[in-house]
Amino acid sequence: MKHMYTWGAIVAVAFASVVGDILLARAMKQVGDVHELWKRSGLWTVVARTVGNPNFFMGLAAMAVGFFSLLFALSWGDVSLVAPAAASLTFIGNAFAAKIFLHEKVDHRRWMAAMLVAAGVALLAG
Amino acid sequence: MTFRKYLVLAGVTVFAAAGDSMLSHGMKQTGEISLHHLQSIILAVGNPWVAVGIVLLLAFFASYMNALSWADLTYVLPATSLGYVLLALVAKFALHEAVSPLRWLGIALITGGVGFVAGGPSLTSHEHSHPTTFDAASSEVTS
Repeated sequence: MKHMYTWGAIVAVAFASVVGDILLARAMKQVGDVHELWKRSGLWTVVARTVGNPNFFMGLAAMAVGFFSLLFALSWGDVSLVAPAAASLTFIGNAFAAKIFLHEKVDHRRWMAAMLVAAGVALLAG
Repeated sequence: MTFRKYLVLAGVTVFAAAGDSMLSHGMKQTGEISLHHLQSIILAVGNPWVAVGIVLLLAFFASYMNALSWADLTYVLPATSLGYVLLALVAKFALHEAVSPLRWLGIALITGGVGFVAGGPSLTSHEHSHPTTFDAASSEVTS
């Protein structure tokens, strides 16, 4: 039963993280390069434009869900299972989601990187 | 890629690794959270390890937002995955934990993955949304 709870929490962490990452990435692309913006209009503009972005808030909410799911998962399962499993699922999920929702050019190079990192992270649990 | 951008990516990597390890250490001290006593998750924030972990994760978040403003998500994520390698090296050399051959293979795979994205462009150029003079010129020729 505890095993099922742990894996349920792991999937919840990965799903919430992917949703959060996509929304936050979209928000920051709408804000624009913060170095340029900071130089041009100051730090206050950067903060105001980021906090005022609706995608940023929804992304933050998704990340909060992911964070509390992670706390649950960590209290039920070993960190050596929970952290790598959730991270691996998140890497693969993000590569798909970034291609579909952010229209990023996920070429062979980036697929290879996502797969290698996901496999490597899973092996670190061994 | 400028030096400042590499510094931001390094910040994402280090803050995430340090924050996560403090959080997991703190949650092990707090003990299991039961579905029937959800309020204990609020008490967990009072644990100093969890509190410092949260501060470090806030620093991670600021660097992460910074990186996402000028690079693709599918670039930032693999590029900052060296944090896992960092954690394994800390476990080996600072905490004197045994690192198995399988873990070394994992470290090698992650490092290889980072190498794959590091050689490519950091940002997808969306020609449709920002037409360049070159695109405008070529479409004139075709029409």
